[in-house]
Amino acid sequence: MLKDKIADVFTEPGCDKNQAKDTKARKKGCSKPLTPGAAAGGCAFDGAKIVLQPVTDVAHLIHAPLACEGNSWDNRGAGSSGSDLWRRSFTTDLTELDIVMGQGERKLYKAVREIAQAFNPPAIFVYSTCVTALIGDDIEAVCKAASAKYGLPVVPVNAPGFVGSKNLGNKLAGEALLDHVIGTHTPDDVGPNDINILGEFNLSGEFWAVKPLFEALGIRIRACIPGDARYLDIAGAHTARATMMECSTALINLARKMEERWGIPFFEGSFYGISDTSEALRQTARLLVRQGADASLLDRTEALIAREEAIAWAKMEAYRPRLAGKRVLLNTGGVKSWSVVAALQEIGIEIVGTSVKKSTLEDKERIKQLLKDENHMFESMAPRDLYAMLAENKADIMLSGGRTQFIALKAKMPWLDINQERHFPYAGYDGMVELVKRIALAIENPIWAQVRASAPWDKDGALLPDAAEDCLSPQAGEGAIGSREGPDPHFLAHHRKKFAGGGADDLAEC
Amino acid sequence: MTPVTSLAKAASVNPLKSSQPLGAALAFLGVDGAMPLFHGSQGCTSFALVLLVRHFKETIPLQTTAMDEVATVLGGADHLEEAILNLKTRTKPSLIGVCTTALVETRGEDFVSDVATIRRRNAQALDGTEVVLAQTPDFEGAMEEGWTKAVAALITGLVPAQPERMTSLTQVNILPGWHHTVADLEHIRDLVEAFGLDPIILPDISGSLDGTVPDRWVPTAYGGTLVPDIRAMGRSAHTIALAEHVRAPARLLEDRTGVPVTLFESLCDLKSVDRFIALLSRLSGRPVPARIRRARSQLQDALLDGHFHFGGQKIAIAAEPDLLFSLAQVFSGLGAEIAVAVTTTSGNPILHKVPAREVLVGDLGDFEARAAGCDLLVTHSHGRQASERLGIPLLRAGFPIFDRLGSQHRLSVGYAGARTLIFEAANIFQAQRREPTPQSLNPFRDRVSTGEDSHDSHAQIAAR
Repeated sequence: MLKDKIADVFTEPGCDKNQAKDTKARKKGCSKPLTPGAAAGGCAFDGAKIVLQPVTDVAHLIHAPLACEGNSWDNRGAGSSGSDLWRRSFTTDLTELDIVMGQGERKLYKAVREIAQAFNPPAIFVYSTCVTALIGDDIEAVCKAASAKYGLPVVPVNAPGFVGSKNLGNKLAGEALLDHVIGTHTPDDVGPNDINILGEFNLSGEFWAVKPLFEALGIRIRACIPGDARYLDIAGAHTARATMMECSTALINLARKMEERWGIPFFEGSFYGISDTSEALRQTARLLVRQGADASLLDRTEALIAREEAIAWAKMEAYRPRLAGKRVLLNTGGVKSWSVVAALQEIGIEIVGTSVKKSTLEDKERIKQLLKDENHMFESMAPRDLYAMLAENKADIMLSGGRTQFIALKAKMPWLDINQERHFPYAGYDGMVELVKRIALAIENPIWAQVRASAPWDKDGALLPDAAEDCLSPQAGEGAIGSREGPDPHFLAHHRKKFAGGGADDLAEC
Repeated sequence: MTPVTSLAKAASVNPLKSSQPLGAALAFLGVDGAMPLFHGSQGCTSFALVLLVRHFKETIPLQTTAMDEVATVLGGADHLEEAILNLKTRTKPSLIGVCTTALVETRGEDFVSDVATIRRRNAQALDGTEVVLAQTPDFEGAMEEGWTKAVAALITGLVPAQPERMTSLTQVNILPGWHHTVADLEHIRDLVEAFGLDPIILPDISGSLDGTVPDRWVPTAYGGTLVPDIRAMGRSAHTIALAEHVRAPARLLEDRTGVPVTLFESLCDLKSVDRFIALLSRLSGRPVPARIRRARSQLQDALLDGHFHFGGQKIAIAAEPDLLFSLAQVFSGLGAEIAVAVTTTSGNPILHKVPAREVLVGDLGDFEARAAGCDLLVTHSHGRQASERLGIPLLRAGFPIFDRLGSQHRLSVGYAGARTLIFEAANIFQAQRREPTPQSLNPFRDRVSTGEDSHDSHAQIAAR
């Protein structure tokens, strides 16, 4: 039952937030009740789809009227080294008649058939949504029947939007994998150096900058879930010896239950930042050795870390003259670990603020030490405060997700996307160098002087006296028009109003 | 100062230039009822005509003095006279714009005197038709120079020196460059008129080469600047020159009439447009209309949205000097690097302001040889070969653009035009985005195998 699943997820013992609560509070669940009129962020369906959609060779079929899939498909930049089936959009696109006449289940069954015949995927994931849950379509039964009839796994993902937040959906997706996928296939090449990586989305293909590091150590990625994953890899994930978990808030339940069921130990890590990348390799090696891998792995890992760190730091150093003293505001739940903060500081960048909403307690402690000033840490900042901070030139650049980009841009301040829509890979050693390069490019872009220059007229369009002088000069030169720096007050006032409401976090992390 | 280097070589490979008389003919085509006349052999006209037709997809009135072997040896004045009189009879043009070519200039005749003699001798027959002369041998210059000379010829020939001083407070002369499109001129006219000013645009191809369909057969250029308007340019309150290569005609006009000049090197960037709008506001004494203020804000937003796509990109541009300058300025203003800048001739001082390491005077062969590794090529349609061979997308700009429709209606001046240009280039970058692959992101991709570890990884990569 969905209700039990949700309760189960809410009481997840692996989650440190849960651990801190008493029994009663735990039962209430994680997500704060949403405030109608003041909510932002995705629903549980969104969360479930985010976690599963990057599985590349699976057909993802959304059982819903158009909006759920029609408004959201092909919106994330995960990389695939194989099939592109995952990017195709499949939905039952229920009509009024389908809903009134109770045709939903039949249409779903037919849709599974059509997809199985046309695309012959190794599996089909079927997602329930608000409407189909409300009208009582039994997608589990349909999936079971269709699976038997067409001879391929048809996996029900039961996370209709109304049950809760995106984060809950992330976890329900993990449950679906546990219930229907993981453990259903045993690979014939199981080895002592096999690992899983959970919560890696391969955005912009960035996992490909990390995977060769493992391979160089002889470590095989059995399953990376979900980035660039194939169905059979996930089905055989139970044979791995260790698991690294990224983005713990998304798939902690999956990691813990895999440990419980198949004895696969896990650790939490990240590939963002130089020291975090090293630590991830180190911890993986340690876990594998503890699980019986050859102890020489530890030394080889240290050697690789030493070499790659030296190369990365040398590359980073080249940016010091361009970036030393620049002030960065971090506002995201995504690429934002203390390790990124540390690496940026290492080349002379100043962190003038960082959100810690999605950070673990341990991370917060580290960030606190790094920042010295606790005031630079904020749980969440209102858009108008972020805008004011940027407009008042208290930072040189904001790193955040797409949703807050316009706060920076309308304040005419450089901004860099470090969330899921980004176009550049920031994971691993090379990724950190790429991030620094992108920060330099954004800050140095010559448009900032152009767009900050105020118009040569006042708010009523009347020409300003200086401009009236300058414009008559007999030939073009570096005229004084528009060279006044600093945001113009009307522009600021206008946009302050615009960003007055709502919360500015990027709720779409991982 | 950007250094300008001429590449010394014998064989030009894939020319970038179009010829000087073609530029002059284009200018004459912007005069209502005009008939450009090439003084040269038939082929000079024919090639230019075909190229103009391919670009504009319009009938182009363009005639030739059809110099034959005998005339080439004995002198072409008779051919010129015959051609002028024939054109007068057959097409009744308001203006015949004579453009000399390499052939007659190599032979060397006193064309100024010839034209004066022809006009005097046939004063009655030529009544109602102006005849002006632009000396535009193909062996020097290119489009820009031809345009400059034709505009100067129109001013010398038609604008009376020291006119009766009845300056109009609202009349403004606009001297565009050859590279301004129909859409550019229409937009400039709109902007000027938005301040209650009356522009005389010389030449105005927006009236003549904008692709309208008249309800009768017209053998000459139709639309464009009216000859009486050209005569009245001396009464304007101000002259606004829109490219470095019309500085000389603007000065000429000022010398003849005393109308003060303001020159804009480009109208494709925020700062220049600000200055242009400020000038219009100043000349008219009117505030800037809300619509234009809004367009400015939209350009700011386009800069913000667009800069993500330009930052760190390498762009190669091959174009005539003023066009090269304005494009390079826009793109480098958005964070792109102008890695290759090739131009046609070295005379235009604007080249020293091109934001590139150096400007090469060369051809599309030189362009192609240097553009490998760039993210975008910007030149006219003949750049398509380089684009195909190098696998780099091409943004078409300049002349000729014969393999795309609507090049005359692409806007790239004013706030709106700058916005359009930014979007156009940014969209090419987006369309061209190379998706990352495991190989392109592999941290060991450029590494020479040194230790055991990396050796392993190479083997494993190969095995995949």
